[in-house]
Amino acid sequence: MAFPQQTLPLNSAVATPAPRGTQDYRGDHLLVAEMIKPGSKVLDVGCGDGDLLQLLESRGIDGRGIELSREGVNRCVGKGLAVVQGDADTDLINYPDDAFDYVILSQTLQATRQPRVVLENLLRIGRSAIVSFPNFGFWKMRVQLLVGGRMPRTENLPATWYDTPNIHFCTIKDFVVLCDEINVKMERAVALDLYGRPLRLNAPWWFWNMFGEQGVFLLSRANKSAQP
Amino acid sequence: MVNVELVKSPVVRPDERGHEADHPTSLVAGFGMDQPLRLDCGIDLAPFQIAYQTYGTLNADKSNAILVCHALTGDQHVANPHPVTGKPGWWQTLVGPGKALDTDRYFIICSNVLGGCMGSTGPASTNAATGKIWGLDFPVITIPDMVRAQAMLIDRLGIGQLFCVVGGSMGGMQTLQWTAAYPERVFSALAVACSTRHSAQNIAFHELGRQAVMADPDWRGGRYFEEGTHPHRGLGVARMAAHITYLSDAALHRKFGRRMQDRELPTFSFDADFQVESYLRYQGSSFVERFDANSYLYLTRAMDYFDIAADHNGKLSEAFRDTQTRFCLMSFTSDWLFPTAESRDVVHALNAGGVRVSFAEIETDKGHDAFLLDVPEFLDIADAFLNSAASVRGLPVTGA
Repeated sequence: MAFPQQTLPLNSAVATPAPRGTQDYRGDHLLVAEMIKPGSKVLDVGCGDGDLLQLLESRGIDGRGIELSREGVNRCVGKGLAVVQGDADTDLINYPDDAFDYVILSQTLQATRQPRVVLENLLRIGRSAIVSFPNFGFWKMRVQLLVGGRMPRTENLPATWYDTPNIHFCTIKDFVVLCDEINVKMERAVALDLYGRPLRLNAPWWFWNMFGEQGVFLLSRANKSAQP
Repeated sequence: MVNVELVKSPVVRPDERGHEADHPTSLVAGFGMDQPLRLDCGIDLAPFQIAYQTYGTLNADKSNAILVCHALTGDQHVANPHPVTGKPGWWQTLVGPGKALDTDRYFIICSNVLGGCMGSTGPASTNAATGKIWGLDFPVITIPDMVRAQAMLIDRLGIGQLFCVVGGSMGGMQTLQWTAAYPERVFSALAVACSTRHSAQNIAFHELGRQAVMADPDWRGGRYFEEGTHPHRGLGVARMAAHITYLSDAALHRKFGRRMQDRELPTFSFDADFQVESYLRYQGSSFVERFDANSYLYLTRAMDYFDIAADHNGKLSEAFRDTQTRFCLMSFTSDWLFPTAESRDVVHALNAGGVRVSFAEIETDKGHDAFLLDVPEFLDIADAFLNSAASVRGLPVTGA
């Protein structure tokens, strides 16, 4: 199987000791924020209520957001965030190349209609992309399908199959394969457990794919000269 | 008896009509022959005057000034009783002590647009060169002309950069024009229910209104002041048609339904049987008491001509490239005059230009007029946007 072409990036550092107030933020948000250099210009696609953007702005990062739900947008704008209503599937095309240092897609990839196109757009608009998504290979998912025979539901993904917005689930393995296919370089990869804590770093991919509840990836465009 | 007259004749004595145009009940900035206003049509307008109101106090470093731009039929009386109608200020939902445009913290300026009829030079004003009312001799003006005149007023007030420019509808057009023409003079911009260009449908509605005015025999080719007439029927019909576009099907249904006006049964006549008819007639007749028919022609024309992209090689994003202004745009779900899609186009252009922009669509059935009404979500977002801009600008924020 062609899956593990990319080696696990080894420079993954666990988030530095939490500064004051960080307990208010989600683990994956802290991890994402830690991946971004201060002073950067960032677009958060699917920014929800703007929690991550607020965290980024508190760290001197120029954050912008797109959010599909009107309620989410209005709450963000109400917080003074630069957020516009839009759809990752249809609106990313309106952004010019290299408009941002980083484009973030946090827990949204699985809800897009065309994840591959979205991913390509992320790395066109941004020099780097940070993508996090729930791992459908997580052991609890597997057990529910294997033993229970039902579509999995977890604490973080409680929706039933018929009303979930998540239409394109993938596993960490699947995502790595997609990155290979579209020539995306993985700068960093971290798997988080059910509580948003990073799994141990030297674990093999299968371990992450089994015990990671979600994956967080820092991506960049593969060096063009390295392509055949 | 069949009542065929749509709009009752207004109770305005001829000597009163047009009085506000030359001698407004507000502050006036006069610009002499040495300070002409270069209009887009190529004419230098001089002398001219801009009538304006201010609220609150300008701070020592002149960093707390907000310019409010009014809509088509608005005026400078944004937060005080209207001198002609006695009605409260037209944007008191937004402007006042403790409101989003807090007169305790900000210095609010609102000027009557060029071409208006409440004291800024327009077709109802007296032409100094002839001593007669301008009428149709007044040059055709544009939104950029209005903004250029406002910029001269802001210069006169000694203000370099406005903390915010705010406006809805035609006021939103002026707001966007400000950011395109003077990006360094606008720290933040709040543009509501508007667009960077007038759609074909909107031009069509305006043409309907203008034709209604001009079809009134009392319009007299625009010379009704001299001839002692007033095209109140035509202007009333124009207002009635326009007013429908400011509302929505749902809002009309909610407010009036098919309910009858002071009667149980149809009269089998063309009297105002339905409440909605009576309401529209009232809107028409009250409007003509305070508004000049020629001014209505000029201002609707200015909106029709508006197209920021056309002034930038057809590329809207070029108009806003790398501006440092902080934008907030809002649209309303039931607004069919400036639907959300048009705001979204502006947002795309701002994003493409790398501009910091917030955009929210507000759910309401109140139509285009929602920006003038008590729509809490709209007012809350305006408040939050201004507060966040104020904190960046180093101005006091709510509760501080």
